[in-house]
Amino acid sequence: MQNAIQKIKNPLTDKNIAKQLGLLEEEFDRIVDILGRIPNFTELSMFAAMWSEHCSYKNSLYWLKQLPKEGKHLLAKAGEENAGLVDIGDNLACAFKIESHNHPSAIEPYQGAATGVGGINRDIFTMGARPIAQMNSLRFGNIADKKTQWLIKGVVKGIGDYGNAFGVPTVGGEVFFDESFSTNPLVNAMSVGIVDKNKTVKAIAEGEGNPVFIVGSSTGKDGIHGAAFASKDITQNSVDDLPAVQVGDPFQEKLLLEATLEVIETGAVVGMQDMGAAGITCSTSEMSAKGNHGMIIWLDKVPLRQVDMQPFEILLSESQERMLVVVKKGREEEIKKVFEKWDLNCVQIGVVTKEPVLRYYFYDELVAEIPSDALVVGGGAPVYIREYKEAEYYAKNKSLDQFKVPDIKDTDEFEKVAQHLLAHPNIASKHWVYEQYDSMVRINNMSTNYPSDASIVNIHNTSKALAISVDCNSRYVYADPEIGTAIAVSEAARNIVCSGGIPVAITNCLNFGNPYNPEVYWQFVGAIKGMSAACKKFDTPVTGGNVSFYNQSESGPVFPTPTIGMLGILEDKKLQTSLAFQQIGDSIVLVGKVVDDIAASEYLYSYRNVKHFPAPYFNLDEEYNLHQVIKELIRNSIIKSAHDISDGGLFTTLCESAFPNKLGFEVNKPVDIRTDAFYFGEAQGRVVVSVNKDKLEALKQICQKLNIPYLILGKVIEKSIIIDEKEYGNIDKWLHIYNSTFNKYLD
Amino acid sequence: MSIKFGVVVFPGSNCDDDAVYVLSKKLNQKVVKLWHKQSDLENCTHIILPGGFSYGDYLRSGAIARFSPIMNAVIDHAQKGGFVLGICNGFQILCEAQLVPGVLLHNTNRKFICKNVYITPSNYSTAITQHLPKNKKAFKIPIAHGEGNYYIDNDGLKKLQDNDQIIFQYCDENGLISESSNPNGSLLNIAGVCNKEKNVFGMMPHPERAADEELRNTDGLYVFQSIIESALVNAF
Repeated sequence: MQNAIQKIKNPLTDKNIAKQLGLLEEEFDRIVDILGRIPNFTELSMFAAMWSEHCSYKNSLYWLKQLPKEGKHLLAKAGEENAGLVDIGDNLACAFKIESHNHPSAIEPYQGAATGVGGINRDIFTMGARPIAQMNSLRFGNIADKKTQWLIKGVVKGIGDYGNAFGVPTVGGEVFFDESFSTNPLVNAMSVGIVDKNKTVKAIAEGEGNPVFIVGSSTGKDGIHGAAFASKDITQNSVDDLPAVQVGDPFQEKLLLEATLEVIETGAVVGMQDMGAAGITCSTSEMSAKGNHGMIIWLDKVPLRQVDMQPFEILLSESQERMLVVVKKGREEEIKKVFEKWDLNCVQIGVVTKEPVLRYYFYDELVAEIPSDALVVGGGAPVYIREYKEAEYYAKNKSLDQFKVPDIKDTDEFEKVAQHLLAHPNIASKHWVYEQYDSMVRINNMSTNYPSDASIVNIHNTSKALAISVDCNSRYVYADPEIGTAIAVSEAARNIVCSGGIPVAITNCLNFGNPYNPEVYWQFVGAIKGMSAACKKFDTPVTGGNVSFYNQSESGPVFPTPTIGMLGILEDKKLQTSLAFQQIGDSIVLVGKVVDDIAASEYLYSYRNVKHFPAPYFNLDEEYNLHQVIKELIRNSIIKSAHDISDGGLFTTLCESAFPNKLGFEVNKPVDIRTDAFYFGEAQGRVVVSVNKDKLEALKQICQKLNIPYLILGKVIEKSIIIDEKEYGNIDKWLHIYNSTFNKYLD
Repeated sequence: MSIKFGVVVFPGSNCDDDAVYVLSKKLNQKVVKLWHKQSDLENCTHIILPGGFSYGDYLRSGAIARFSPIMNAVIDHAQKGGFVLGICNGFQILCEAQLVPGVLLHNTNRKFICKNVYITPSNYSTAITQHLPKNKKAFKIPIAHGEGNYYIDNDGLKKLQDNDQIIFQYCDENGLISESSNPNGSLLNIAGVCNKEKNVFGMMPHPERAADEELRNTDGLYVFQSIIESALVNAF
């Protein structure tokens, strides 16, 4: 479409305009300093986008740098490429990353979630990797609330419609509810891809004279100032930002995926980056800065979706399904041929220059001129060290005297609590959600017929499989940011270990409130510290991820939620271990410590209505040793199932192990522990395994060798649930309770 | 007869790789991909229209794909008695092209559904069913679709029944056909049908997703094995 603009609107700016674009006064001064002159409107808009919290990490970078990032398997440093890249042997590398799309989803759940899925997948295939699995982590308010129901339906349909058409299985995830997310839900999407180690593509522009192409969809006015929108609180006026929400087209994305991977095969690609936040501005500047080169870009050559687009709009548009590709000079035709085959745009819009300056022209008029590194993280973008102070609620949390909370008084109350928990949306089956996602396309989901704590993804034509887990209990992090985040990492690792894998690396998505609030920032700093400690212990370096601040509304910040996406490997896919009980008569054993603890449990929070509490019992060293025990038990084929104890406690774990094969269980509690703590407490570092009686002695030896306690709870039986010699009915009855919650509220 | 499978790739197909993987790696068959812009079937004897979202399924599932250049060749192949199987989106395309009777409406719950379901063969007289093990009443094969609710008018249904054109019906794990085992509201639990000549087949469930021992479900292999055996037997 021919751009019909006659008049370019590009006046000089001042501090007022800077403020309107979300920049601080001091940042305007810094820009004037860098340029040596007053920026024009186009330039200032580019700075505003690139120096927004969303793109610049200006309020988090100082702390992010303290995370452990070294590891023998890492092929790219955190933040250096579009996603983390890990060597998994067999000449293969795995690219993986998690990212948030919270703000768009808060006001337009369908498109917000859909484009979140699109964006994270582009991050993976722009590196040359084919996405083979997706996951997501969602947080909503009260499920009984009409608006929350609208948000859930929109988000789930958005993820489904986009991911299903794109053709990559959604293999797992989590959904968590708390009032704190009522206005500001969290939508975190993760993608995992596989690439030949020697065929990865960097997000770099270099080689003077190399042509720069834009490929994929045309550019429209959608998503302009999206990065700025993501960098402020959600308010009554947020709906005015609706044009900042992008619109997704999974069909284009699927074509772009295939065309991109095909184009990489030609060997004619120098570098490539997808267009997400801040569109052409971000991709041109980041690629140039990394290559220490510059670019001349002719904005009038960009294929447009609508006429009348100003240069700043073309530069900031966040239209989806686009990529910037730098090609080896002289090989342009090879590239064009591939995109023509897939019926996609492929237009040269510029050229790489030796001088590290970005120059943007619009019909021969220079509309912006900025040094390549001025806009980017690690270059001109500011870095702030924010003040923080311990949140006031924290002292109250720590002062809980658990023993003043009454214990469960009789079997009637026991049954009531058990039903409350199994039906609670945080614990109940999420089948209403995940059945709307295609979980089986690409025929690699090994968890469909053999469910396990982590999602197991087959790598065809090798002996290996990936184990992936996304985890974060926001309530624990609220209770204690440092311990809560260490728990999130530990639970992810535990899930991978229980499934037969070895944890390798993590990606994170750090969802917090407003960073200018010192108490919120205290949560953030605590989370970084807890994550560092746990990642070091498990030798799972941080490969990158995303920070999402400003997740707060008039009613306050969300529960702090540093979502952990962990990648693990099953060197031998035959080691895959299910969470499901396999056979009647097998012994059920609790591996790990029995602790008198109900802190931060769903039971305490929603049944006893206690709102201040410390994090549940957690000891990092014990946790690590537990994982070594479970690994040994699996490697030596001693156990038949393994399922960790997490949300809802032991009772929930037992039910979840019993449900898949519709078996029952009979267990007994030791005398010296509270009933609620034993069955519903959420102390960490515990796993329930099932084992043939003949193997009990072997289990005992391994536990003793590594100094981890164990307790024989009982045995797998046919159909019924028997606890402390009282029968609580048929497994089908409990399965029905577990399966009914989401349908009840959402159908 | 020497069998050669051709898996058609439309823009937006996403189960093409899966079909190729199963046919080549699990069943040792000759198989090629056929690009939608070509009009030659490369001497393939067995054509598969795979699942996915051809052309984004915009307008209506399968509505645009049926106008692809390759579809002329597929229609020609079908009219000459050649074997064609449409899976999921492929079934929708076959309906749109009127190579099999009926239409596929939105699931009654208006949602996309992906899960394991059971299907039972409605006869043993077609290429796709005749070599299925007779003692196995229910085959666990997953579905993944938003529009799989099969519908046909009364006259059409009567013809289907009279000609034994219903090939699979949704059932429970024991092979019992009931309303509670119907995942999408389809008429008479119909999961798959064929044309009158019994050489063009459409089914919503994905047998290629249940054809790998590493996924611990190989019920779908029986379907492909029946197709292959039928072709070999007919050659003699």
